[in-house]
Formats: sequence, C-alpha cells, structure tokens
Amino acid sequence: MLNPVSANGESTRAPLLQAIGITKAYGTFLANNAIDLDLYPGEIHALLGENGAGKSTLVKTMYGLIQPTAGELRWMGEKIELTGPSDARSRGIAMVFQHFSLFDNLTVAENVALGLDGSETFAAMSARLAKVSSDYGLPLDPNREVWRLSVGERQRIEIVRALMQNPKLLILDEPTAVLTPQEADQLFTVLFRLKSEGRALLYISHKLDEVKRLCDTATILRGGKKVETCDPRQETAASMARMMVGAEIGEVKAAAGRTTTIPRLLINDLSMEPDDPHGVYLKGVTVEVKGGEILGIAGVAGNGQDELFSALSGERLSPHSDNVIVDGHAAGHLTVTQRRRLGAAFVPEERLGHGTAPRMKLSENALLTGHAASDMVHRGFVDRVATLATVDKTTTTFDVRKAKRDPEAASLSGGNLQKFIVGREILREPGVLIVSQPTWGVDAGAAAVIRQALLDLSSRGTAVLVISQDLDELAEIADRIAVMFHGHLSEPIAAADATREKLGLLMGGASVGDAAGQQEASHATGS
Amino acid sequence: MQLVLEKRAERSTLIAVASPLIAIVLTLVTMSILFAILGKNPIAALNVYFVEPLTDTYTLGEIIVKATPLVMIGIGLSLCYLANVWNIGAEGQFLIGAVCGSWLAVVTNGTGAGYWVLPAMLVLGAAGGALYALIPALCKVRFGANEILTSLMLVYVAELILDYLVRGPWRDPKGMNFPTTAAFDPVATVPTLFDGSRVHAGSIIALLVVIAATVMLGRTIKGFEIRVVGAAPRAARFAGFSADRLVLFTFAVSGALAGLAGIIEVAGPVGVLQPGISPGYGFTAIIVAFLGRLNPIGILIAGLFLALTFIGGEGAQISMKIPLDLTKVFQGILLFYVLACDSMILYRIRLIATPKKSAPASVQGNVHGTA
Repeated sequence: MLNPVSANGESTRAPLLQAIGITKAYGTFLANNAIDLDLYPGEIHALLGENGAGKSTLVKTMYGLIQPTAGELRWMGEKIELTGPSDARSRGIAMVFQHFSLFDNLTVAENVALGLDGSETFAAMSARLAKVSSDYGLPLDPNREVWRLSVGERQRIEIVRALMQNPKLLILDEPTAVLTPQEADQLFTVLFRLKSEGRALLYISHKLDEVKRLCDTATILRGGKKVETCDPRQETAASMARMMVGAEIGEVKAAAGRTTTIPRLLINDLSMEPDDPHGVYLKGVTVEVKGGEILGIAGVAGNGQDELFSALSGERLSPHSDNVIVDGHAAGHLTVTQRRRLGAAFVPEERLGHGTAPRMKLSENALLTGHAASDMVHRGFVDRVATLATVDKTTTTFDVRKAKRDPEAASLSGGNLQKFIVGREILREPGVLIVSQPTWGVDAGAAAVIRQALLDLSSRGTAVLVISQDLDELAEIADRIAVMFHGHLSEPIAAADATREKLGLLMGGASVGDAAGQQEASHATGS
Repeated sequence: MQLVLEKRAERSTLIAVASPLIAIVLTLVTMSILFAILGKNPIAALNVYFVEPLTDTYTLGEIIVKATPLVMIGIGLSLCYLANVWNIGAEGQFLIGAVCGSWLAVVTNGTGAGYWVLPAMLVLGAAGGALYALIPALCKVRFGANEILTSLMLVYVAELILDYLVRGPWRDPKGMNFPTTAAFDPVATVPTLFDGSRVHAGSIIALLVVIAATVMLGRTIKGFEIRVVGAAPRAARFAGFSADRLVLFTFAVSGALAGLAGIIEVAGPVGVLQPGISPGYGFTAIIVAFLGRLNPIGILIAGLFLALTFIGGEGAQISMKIPLDLTKVFQGILLFYVLACDSMILYRIRLIATPKKSAPASVQGNVHGTA
C-alpha cells in the first residue's frame, strides 16, 4: 500500500523511518513487544535500555536481519518489508555493529570493498574511500592490513564503509564501548557533522552522559517494551536510569576502615607471546595486589587483557614459574586446578562457554570450578548434595533469580548468571580473586550486587584484581588503577588521582611518566 | 518460497526423545519403497525383517549374540563422541583385540593350560584394542593429525594383519589350507549361558559395561570431564581439564572395549580366529551410538534394534531372496535419518514466502549479516 509521500521531505517534519507496533516473538518470549519509534532526518535518536531490553532485536529488524512477527516499517511514509541487509542498504539504511565484521588479514580497502554492494572498480572505490575518510576527518590508510590497526581505527573502517553508501539513516550499536574517552570525542564530532547534513542517526547506548550530550530524542526500552520517548537534555542521568531499570539502583558502599596487608598476588616481569597470531604480546607486566585491596586494570579491549587473564588463571602457562606468585607460591607453571588449590579464583569475561558450560545445569557449573578445591568430589565420585548446596547458597547469598532450583546456565539472564559465577567463586573465600569485566552487559541492579560483593570480599582480606573497560566501575570499587596498552601495564595510580583525562591518555598510549609522580601516593590506601 | 532452518530459542526436549523414533519410522517408509521397487511385498518384507525374529527363542538369542559386540563398542564410541573425539576405527580395534587375545589361545592350544587362559585372553584383547586405538590418539595430540582419517585407515591395516596371521604363522595345520586357526580349547572359549542357544557370558560383560558407563557419565568427575570437554571446550579448559589427555583416555577406553568385544566374539560364537569375524560391527556401532543418543541405556536398546536388522536381513535373504546388502542400506539410511532428525532438536524448518522485489537481488553476500 502506498501512503502519500511529501515531495519535499526535507522541509516538513515527516519521519524518515517509522516503526509501528514492532513485535518479535521467540517462542513465547517477546523480545520486542509492540514498539513504536519515529526517526527524523537531522536528528540523533538514542535507543536506551539495559542488556536484554530488546534494543538489538529492534535495530536488527530495521536493518533487515530479522523479520518482525508483527508490526510494520514505513520508510519515507511507504510501508516496506526488508528482505535482508542488502535491501536495507539499497534504501539508504546503514549500520555500524558493536562487533566488527572485518577480515584481519585483508587490507582496509579490501574489507570495504567486500561490504559494499556497488559495481565500481576497486581503484575507483579506493579513491572514494580515501576521499570520504579525509572529508569526515576519519583518517585511514586503505592499504594497511586490519590486524595492524587499533580498535578505534577498525571502527573507523566500519563507519567509513557505512558512509560510502551515503546513507539516509545510520544506526550505531554502542559505538563508544571500545573507545578511549578522547576517541569517543572525535567520534561525536563526526556524528554532529552527519546530523547537520540532514541524516538520521540511531544511537544505541547505555551510557547516559553521552546520550545527554549527543542526542535530541531518546527512546527507552525495558523488557521488550517501549517505556518512554523523551528529550534527554531535559532529563537527568538518574531519571533516565530509573526508566531503564524501573527502580532505584542501590548504591555501592565500601566498608569503612579497610586495611591492606601483605601482597597476595604478584606479577613479576611477565612477558609472553600470544597463542593467536593476531593476539597481543605481554611485555614485562609487573604489579602487586595486597590483601584487602582492589586493583583495577583499565584499558581499551584488545590491549592484552585477555592474554593477561589466561596467564593468571593458568589456562596458559607463563615462561617462568615466578612470573605469577600466589600467596608466596610460584604459580607460573601450575595448572588452573593447582592455582585454585592455592586459593586463587577466577571469573572470565565470557559468561557462556568460558565461565560456564551453557547447556549444563548450575550444579554442574558449580562443579566446573569447585571440583579442584572443595569437598564436591570423593574418590572420583561427584557429591550431588554438595554441588546443589553450592547452587542454593549462591542463590540466596547473591539473589540469583531463576525459574527452578537447578536450571541450565544458558536459561539465566546475563545479570543473574554473572551473579552466580561471581558468587560461586566468592563462596570459596579465595585468597586471590581475578575477575575480568565483572559487570559487562549486566543490568544495573545485578552490577551493584556484584560490585558490593567484590568490595566485601576485599575487606575480608582477599586480594582482588579487576580487569574492566568500564572506568566508572573502576572508580567505584578500585583502590588503585593501572592501564593496559599494547601489552604493557602502567604503574598503578591511586583511584583518587585517576581522573578520566589521565586514564584516557594512558589508554591511548601516552607516556606513563606523567602518572609516575602519583606512584608514591598510590601506596597509601585508597580513600 | 524458501525453506530455512531456524534456530530454536530452546532445545526441544520432545524432539530429543522422539528423534530416534521418527528416524526409525522414516527409515521403515523408505525401506518399504525400496522393497516395492525390488518387486517384493513391503508388508511381508518388513514382517520378515522386524517381526519374525522376535517370535522364536533361537533368533531372540541370536539377536542378543549380535547385540553384544554392538553395545560394547557403541558404549566406547559414545564416550569419544561425547568428548568431540571422532574414533571411526572401532572395527580395526575390534580385529586387533581379537588377534591379541587369540595369540594366547593359539600358543596354549592343546597344552592343557588351566582356566586362567580365557581371563588372560580378555585382558590381552582389551589391551591390544586400547594400544591400537592410542596410535591415532597420539598422532592427534602430538602432531595434530585428523583422528577421523588415521583411525579409519588403521581399520584396513588391522584387516591385513589378521589376514596375514591366519594365512601364515597361525594357520591350523589340519585346517585343509583354510585361512583359520585351530578351534580354541574349551578353556579358551567363552561359555554359553543356555542350552540350545549361542547366548554367552560376553552378554553379561556387555551389560556390566552399560551399567559402568551409566555410573561413570552420571556420577563421576571423569564422566563430567568428558561431557564438559565435548559441550564447552573453553569452559573445560577453564575448569582445568586437559583436552589432550581426554583424547588419549577416550580412545584408550573405546579401543579397549572394541578389543574386548573382538576377543569375546572370537572366543565365543566364532570359536576360531579367521577373516570375516565381523560383519562390520565397528561401523554399525557408530549408528548404535548415535541412535542411542550417546546414552548407555539408549545404546543398549539401539544395539538390540540393529542386531534385529542383521538377523532379519538373514531371514529375508533366505525366505524372500532379498539381498543381504539391503541390511547395510537400511543401516545407512537409518543413520542418515537419525542425524537429520537430531538437527530438529536445535532447529526448526520454516517455509518463508519470498516477498516480490523489483530490485534485482544482490549477489553480494552480506558481511554485516554475520555480526
């Protein structure tokens, strides 16, 4: 059916894209439930919501990746059915994904060519690539292989590729999640320029400060439904957070009078090759974590944090046994199980598939890390009473919400599963806890529970090492913060002195000398 | 219109249970068509195949005799497959187990050795099968060689070793030049359980194996390790389980069980070592393992079912002149349907109407779409 389309779409306030009653059902679960959304030219529209609120489903529908169960899309007033992303692109809808789809071994230009539908020659395309990237202040060398580029540069490829299609609507999925604060500022300049050119932008985020700065309109989703469309500049970050979560968020409080004891985790001059050819070399990583202290490791993803975690957990062994020392024992050559027996505990970044076996029950996932150093196994036989007891105890202590007593790990929401994983380790009262991205993709309520649990654990004398990309999180719980860049770890600085600017510079690879002066102060306990 | 496989939000428990049954029904339908094409009455043929063997005590016993090696091998293979280790060479491990155990029977033949001979033969058979299975396992762990190819190729090596021995050094001098060893002494023979039936003590061992596997998979840390390594390798590494050690373990155990089945078959129903001791038990056991959902009890049932097809196939050959090869066709079709139905546990088939579109469809794959 055809609706009358205004011939001069520019001058009237006609929406570019209208989503009307979009519903997407997976079985009985409604990922999107009758969502309405209007996107206007020359406007940056924020899509806000916690993980699982339905943001991704909605934008994938708009990009033709998902067919809605009910509802319709109208493009410039006309009802459309997108058959796929290339259909969306041909109409002028472009999308920049959070997870890049780039081939590491190909050059920038080759990657862009692969993602374009056009029929121009490679040379003409390369020239256009150079022009677009310089026009928008997104410098890129078309002949460089992708694996040599930083994450920020890789994102630039995706943005330039999208812009080369001259889109009327650009969808960006959490674009700043992988950027330093300075890189994010550069991105915002580009986004404002795109807005002034009359393009519509849909900006997915859960960073409320950014949304207030950048966006003209914000639509908030919760549990698959639209909660509100508001003007973010008229709202406070707290009021938007309330709409996202649907409740007030508890504040995390450090116990008063925490004291640090002797160093319980030492990393000594740890240098390691990556096992993946595109991984990061660890270069002389040295740091100590005292009992009763939380040390934060900040940094943009892909600067060696994953490599550091697997070296500390024992999933990869260090070159020298004294590279990693747990409570006075050289652990660099010990296996994961042996390190757990020394009192170390680990929480990896990936919940499903790394921290848990997704299709196994929680009791079995309790056994996953508990078999090493607990009474869950007697003479090779699993004590099911003990594994279930761990599930029950974790459930009550950390408020893990689930449909039945012992469900499959994959059936829990991200936040509840993360509470289970962190709780499973904390209940063992480890002497050293190493946790990577403790609240990544977790709802605000669960994040508060997890952060509080980490603080409480450290106040009982455990040395806690937190690897996180979330600077706000580190500011909230860490006593000292070090920054990882290209496999180097900076000297830690006291959290009180760690301003966003200073951390941002370190995350971008600035010299550590600036922060070195702070180092003496850092030995004092964080305030 | 377009047929697409759409991932289900959750795995369908209903289909997980029903899948083997659906597969069997589809196989029977396909077989009926085949029978009809061959000019045989499908109903009569299916009756001969699947009903008649169940109506006679002797053939019931034969089903148990055939199921014994299938179940033992199938249990071992299921441990491999649960751990994502692909041992395809059980047939070879079966033959080598038969050879190793038979060695003792051959050298003690006629010496009046005591009752220790049979237990020692079983131990040798299991050890031989395990060692033979460790060859592809070590090649995989040490050199990254694909265990599917190496274990399969070693089947042919095993066949030739057996052939050489029974035509050469171990040939029965009084055997009129037939490629066979002398008949085993009574102390080297697995005793039968009932008069008038060939059902033997090996079937009890197979039952014990089923029970042991059930306990191991369900109750022990080793069984947990096998399941985690197969289901979530990265989580298994995080748990401190070594995938390499498990490759060696599962190959050794499945090789030992195949070898044990081999020596039991030779020292039991066959009674001599000769070529052709296996109608492809090692390969049929792969079907048994999957049809039984890699679950020990399921494998017991599936083993009995496939044994029925062997016996029924023999009956059909005799009474209806249906070629015996059709039994292999049947087993192949059955595996095909089992695997096809299994994908319905995680996926559903949907017909999607392709909307009419004026713009020519782009040949460019969507790189973005994979994100």
